[in-house]
Amino acid sequence: MSGTIIVAEHLQGRLRDVTRELVTAAATLPGPVTVAIVAREPERIAAQAELEGVNEVVLVRAGGDEFENDVYQAALQALIAQRAPEVVLVGFTVGGMGYAPAVAARLSCGFASDVFGLERRDGRLVCRRAFYGAKVHGEVALPAGRTSVVMVRPTVFAPAADGASTSRSDMSIDPVTPRARHLRFVEAPQSDVDITTADFLLSIGRGIGDRENVERFVKLAEQMGATLSVSRPIVDAGWMPAARQVGQSGKTVKPKVYLALGISGAVQHLAGMKTSGAIIAVNTDPEAAIFDVAHYGAVADLFDVADELERLF
Amino acid sequence: MSTADNFVGIVVHAGGNVKGLFGPRFLPGVVAYLARHGDGTSPEGTPEVKAVVCVKQVVAIGDEIAFTDDGKSVDGDYLDHAVNEWDVVAVEEALRMTEAASAAGEESEVVVVTVGGEENEEALRRCLAMGAQRAIRVEGQSGALLDPLTVARRLAPVVAREAADVVLCGVQSSDSVQAAVGTMLAELLELPRVAVVKEISLDRADGTATVMRELEGGLVDVVEVDLPALLTVQTGINEPRYATLRAIKQANLKEIEVVEPSQDAPGCYEILRIYAPPRGEGAEMLEGSPAEVAARIVELVKARLS
Repeated sequence: MSGTIIVAEHLQGRLRDVTRELVTAAATLPGPVTVAIVAREPERIAAQAELEGVNEVVLVRAGGDEFENDVYQAALQALIAQRAPEVVLVGFTVGGMGYAPAVAARLSCGFASDVFGLERRDGRLVCRRAFYGAKVHGEVALPAGRTSVVMVRPTVFAPAADGASTSRSDMSIDPVTPRARHLRFVEAPQSDVDITTADFLLSIGRGIGDRENVERFVKLAEQMGATLSVSRPIVDAGWMPAARQVGQSGKTVKPKVYLALGISGAVQHLAGMKTSGAIIAVNTDPEAAIFDVAHYGAVADLFDVADELERLF
Repeated sequence: MSTADNFVGIVVHAGGNVKGLFGPRFLPGVVAYLARHGDGTSPEGTPEVKAVVCVKQVVAIGDEIAFTDDGKSVDGDYLDHAVNEWDVVAVEEALRMTEAASAAGEESEVVVVTVGGEENEEALRRCLAMGAQRAIRVEGQSGALLDPLTVARRLAPVVAREAADVVLCGVQSSDSVQAAVGTMLAELLELPRVAVVKEISLDRADGTATVMRELEGGLVDVVEVDLPALLTVQTGINEPRYATLRAIKQANLKEIEVVEPSQDAPGCYEILRIYAPPRGEGAEMLEGSPAEVAARIVELVKARLS
């Protein structure tokens, strides 16, 4: 067993950033790095996968143009059977969640997900991941002597730069009849607000507590000259439209100022805002993960602070 | 790897569609499923729509924390318990499916299953109070630190036995964030699956469900999946109901079936240690009264935007 296989993630003909990040993550491990592209016409995406640090691109001709989890599972199992990689890296993404754990269960692989650090230690792969709702970090060791499937948290590793052209090879697998079939995509509805272009976002989360309080922050944002954005629970509860959601399932934002009120900082939220210019966070919980990425923090009741902000603007 | 060795059965729906392939371990489940659906009718007393929901009692850490002596878990005194948020919406979704069937005059049932110790039965009782009919606990270690493959293996025989039309799991648990148990369980049961679903429409006549898969950035992938299937459910799919006091009291009187797990194979990882992460290292903390904090925020905002 040797080397690392990265399963490329692509959507509508474009390689997703997470694949570049996986290449950077793979650089910390011994052995050659192979990127596998699973698609009906993988050669159409191959050039995008020729990144710095990649030794080979494997074109796995299978399935349709878009992701189907049975196709990816069959392809990855064939890759493992044929090449016996030490490590397989997959993004901790909606796509990855549909097949990578299934491969690990089928082949009894070592497996860890939402991984933000990895290294070889004493012949085993050691991964860092969070436990207890991110309040605690842990190190887990994957069993030696078998392929490890590792799902890597997006936006942790820097994306790999474009590289020189690499060697390519073809691989075919037995035809797969997918039991879950892609029918079509539905784009998010158009909205008159674009939080991705705002210089100043006032962002509210679960801490606002009640639907009745939303209006107050709509007004406060207006008063402060900010655009209002929200974290996922506010959209889940139906209090604000999805167009205002920051995070992995919403929008990635990079305003000059991101003022977070009552947002604890789920990993998926942080991934969508952590590169903002100045992050100011107000939260009652001193252990809230939002303070990990904030430049300025206050442990305070957001309503008390909002009272004062209303007075000052 | 060939699946020929363990492929023993094809389930054919009344309409003639191939429904799924099942390995020998799950033959009893296949037989049960055929008994309910094989000839297009249900034997008396068995539901026509059945959903199994896998749930987890999650732990949350408050402001303080202490580790166990071996450094591999958190001292139980510092933990709060709740039903995983994703699992609550999965239960709600299952209840809505079966209620729709009941409204159409069909028998239906929701069964909830967990892996854990006796103290985790609290989670099952909450689901019973919401309206689930039966609850099963597979004996296991409490404290949330089982690896996902071990959890999936413990769930598999019990869920197979139930032979549901739909198995629902939350996308992930709020404490461990593995997003793996559902997809692993589907594979062990050889069920079709879709992960991260935010809308489900069942077409039982056709033997399929059409589901909305929520991708990053808000794009939605519409997927058709063969039934029976396992779906992992995303928050926002519904607003879960609250249990009434009366329902909570009734749930406390219900019997919970306890199942001993089969012999465990080695899990997919071993925890070496856990530790307090570096916290807020980069953040400059603003001290003082709310008025002082607000004044500093205004200063900072103005400086950055000018």
